[in-house]
Amino acid sequence: MRRLLYFLPLVICLGIALFFYRGLDLNPRDLPSALINKPAPEFSLPALPGRDIQRADDGLARTDLTTGKPVVVNVWASWCIPCVAEHPLVDRLAKREGVTVHGINYRDRPDAAAAWLKRLGDPYAKVGKDESGRVSIDWGVYGVPETYVIDGNGVILYRHAGALSPEILERKILPLVKGAG
Amino acid sequence: MRLISAVFLALSLLASPAAAVLPDEVLDDPALESRARELSLELRCLVCQNQSIDDSNAELARDLRLLVRERLVAGDTNEEAMAYIRARYGDFVLLRPPVQRSTYLLWFGPIGIVFAGIAIVIVTSRRRRKNAAAATPSAPLSSTERTRLDAALAREDDNGDRA
Repeated sequence: MRRLLYFLPLVICLGIALFFYRGLDLNPRDLPSALINKPAPEFSLPALPGRDIQRADDGLARTDLTTGKPVVVNVWASWCIPCVAEHPLVDRLAKREGVTVHGINYRDRPDAAAAWLKRLGDPYAKVGKDESGRVSIDWGVYGVPETYVIDGNGVILYRHAGALSPEILERKILPLVKGAG
Repeated sequence: MRLISAVFLALSLLASPAAAVLPDEVLDDPALESRARELSLELRCLVCQNQSIDDSNAELARDLRLLVRERLVAGDTNEEAMAYIRARYGDFVLLRPPVQRSTYLLWFGPIGIVFAGIAIVIVTSRRRRKNAAAATPSAPLSSTERTRLDAALAREDDNGDRA
């Protein structure tokens, strides 16, 4: 019994090492959203001008999130490099998977944003421009890109901060969108 | 040369601790402004994560500073303004974590470890004292034991002399 006690410091040390080792893989940017399972904030944004898409003159408002069908809201900006990286995935979500994706254009110049969409493709159903960033604060956005999954009743099911990856898209977003439908 | 250093020293004494608050953000009402500064020091900049929004130059920090001021001007109490930000960004935005069930370990863990240490010290010292007490002979030496002890000590002395 006493003999075993001598191993206690070693065991504690290994425990701490394991704890820190696990910490190496955790992403400090992975903050929990305060709005999960809560209704999306009330908002109304003017449309981003200069897009090619039909109905592009309509702004984006909360009523667009309560159509009974799950939607994805993607917060992006033309000055944001990870947004370029994740753009093919947003495109795939909208065009190949048939999910309605709305955009919130965060603290951007409208002409730069429209040019960006022309250059990289425009997967968004509606894009609201949030030049002051105020609406994004109501969403709890702390950086771009961020992606939200909203059920048909306007409740936020999931938030991903940072660029999308194929894993996130397939394991988190698609099941939620298909499941909430 | 000495004059120049004196001037620089005087200037450096004038410098206030650095904050990121820009002149155009400052409120006209000094009482409201000082409340806003107080709140800004308690709010985490979510971009830099280990700075308060009062320290940070990030755009989001500036937006939040302006938002705090707007809420105060609109008549919010300090608590209401904090609750407004917290509703959007969660507990993580508070630099001082609230005491709640999920943070008990954080708040009371260190003091618990101190108490555990004190307990270990008390238990081991008490045990050591008990062992020491058990080692002291309770009965005095008998006469035979005393002669044997004297003989042994005398032998020891002899050996010592020879060495």
